[in-house]
Amino acid sequence: MLTILFDGIAYGMLLFILAVGLSVTMGLMNFINLAHGAFAMVGGYITVVLMQRHGVPFMACLPLAFGGAALLGMVLERTLYRTMYRKPHLDQVLFSIGLAFMAVATADYFMGSQQQIMQLPEWLRGRTELFDGALGMGHYRLFIIAVCAALTIGLQFILSKTRFGSRLRASVDDPRVAAGLGINVNVVFAATFAVGSGLAGLGGALGAEVLGLDPTFPLKFMVYFLIVVAVGGTSSITGPLLAALLLGIADVAGKYFIPKLGAFIVYALMIAILIWRPQGLFVRKGGK
Amino acid sequence: MNSVRTSLLESSRWKAWEPVVWLLAFASPFVVAQHALIINEIAIVALFALSLDLILGYTGIVSLGHAAFLGFGAYSAALFAKHVMPDPLVGLAVGIVAATALGAVCSFTIMRGTDLTRLMVTLGMALLLLELANKLDWLTGGSDGLQGVTMGPLLGRFEFDLMGQTAAWYSLTVLLVIFLLARRLVHSPFGATLMAVRDNRLRAMAIGIPVSARLAVAYTVAAGVAGAAGALLAQTTGFASLDVFALERSADLMLILVIGGVGWLYGGIAGAVVFKLMHDVISGITPQYWTFWIGLFLVVLVMVGRERLLRPWTWFGRDRGQG
Repeated sequence: MLTILFDGIAYGMLLFILAVGLSVTMGLMNFINLAHGAFAMVGGYITVVLMQRHGVPFMACLPLAFGGAALLGMVLERTLYRTMYRKPHLDQVLFSIGLAFMAVATADYFMGSQQQIMQLPEWLRGRTELFDGALGMGHYRLFIIAVCAALTIGLQFILSKTRFGSRLRASVDDPRVAAGLGINVNVVFAATFAVGSGLAGLGGALGAEVLGLDPTFPLKFMVYFLIVVAVGGTSSITGPLLAALLLGIADVAGKYFIPKLGAFIVYALMIAILIWRPQGLFVRKGGK
Repeated sequence: MNSVRTSLLESSRWKAWEPVVWLLAFASPFVVAQHALIINEIAIVALFALSLDLILGYTGIVSLGHAAFLGFGAYSAALFAKHVMPDPLVGLAVGIVAATALGAVCSFTIMRGTDLTRLMVTLGMALLLLELANKLDWLTGGSDGLQGVTMGPLLGRFEFDLMGQTAAWYSLTVLLVIFLLARRLVHSPFGATLMAVRDNRLRAMAIGIPVSARLAVAYTVAAGVAGAAGALLAQTTGFASLDVFALERSADLMLILVIGGVGWLYGGIAGAVVFKLMHDVISGITPQYWTFWIGLFLVVLVMVGRERLLRPWTWFGRDRGQG
């Protein structure tokens, strides 16, 4: 029972790291980005390739996965994405799903369509049993929770205490007024997009072992990221965090207790929540 | 007064080329009999695209889960043929009614929220049905698909042949009938209110259009049309598999509609022809990586501006106010 909760939390934290960039960029520019999973996949593949072919240690791969995905995100934002902000949502959906398709085919071409296997370092394997086996914690999942919790606290700190954070929050609330106050919204957005993509890359690297990594990753998990964003709302990072935890726990528990229904529970839950609160569960008053 | 009426009715009048297009379509299974199967496919996809056009092009609802209704229609028609009676027309009606009922239920989910909410709810509905069809394997055959669907002869006379000529004519006829009904619908005052809702929901509400009711009706009708497409698909292939619910189907459908032009009833048909031919050519060259080219096409399409794709004369020269 506790084990399920624990696995659910680990899964939820992972989803949060994967989706938080999407949530912030969507809130900031009202841009529907269905290609977010592609950045996560890039991070995952960077890690797998570096570890397997070049023998880079796992811990060194994580920052590289972050950096690689962030760089790619920045380049794409400057060249392609920025022309899309003013277009209608239909165009954005088509554009980003096109990017996702291209990412899937490209990964297939270079890496092959098989599932990638990740060799974890020795100290992350194994399990600890507590309370006479009532709570079994995989060490890797413990590691994921620790990393993600640290990142969450860091993000929350940056958002609430630093100058960049207040600029970002101002831009999310109202880009026009923020621009009028002398905040360079474009720069804020480019930086946020890069960091968001980087976080997705890091999440992809961390999650390659848990979620599985193959070329269809962007499409397979796109739905989950979007659920986190749609349910959590786009105005804060606590909303997506809680939504991701809820989703993670519901998914793991649903698959454990009622395996017959599989992902059914998650989708039904999402539809129910969105009918009840169309703007997401956690909407901050005063935002746009 | 009279000239105003004439100019208003101008857009709903039959153009000279329209009967020609339909005549060509109906002659095609005869002329190129070896391609009758693909003509059948194109007719079904065109019908499906027509259905999406009703909600996306005319009502402005962005949906990523329209395959839900296609699949529901397909499975109901297939199950009906397998367990109740093999008559195609009754099966078609069953598919339409089932999908319409589902659409009426689902229409409550798309009333509120932003585009993102709607995107998620429609997508969620398709995935929900996919999961259901996968898990209820005693009924639907699960991931193996629903096999052993045999159709009776059409109208009691025309057997479905392996060449697919009967199937092609059947699908084309259904497409034509539904096209005529849809055409009547969008040119009616009701259709005009739909377009008003699409263009500005707030103003539409202010001039007294019951927005929610209109959205609900449009969504339900579109669901019924998609159900018809699904029923045709199941009947003419004698098979219903899980991929009728897949996300790729909804995404491809959006692409089809956008190629042909949104908010134009022939858009879906033109898009279906272009898309199917493109699919055949590209997947003939690179079977595995054809999604790459589709993706590239989508990206370029949006970058260039999708309004301009079918109007090559606007490719060069100033972009006048279109983003």
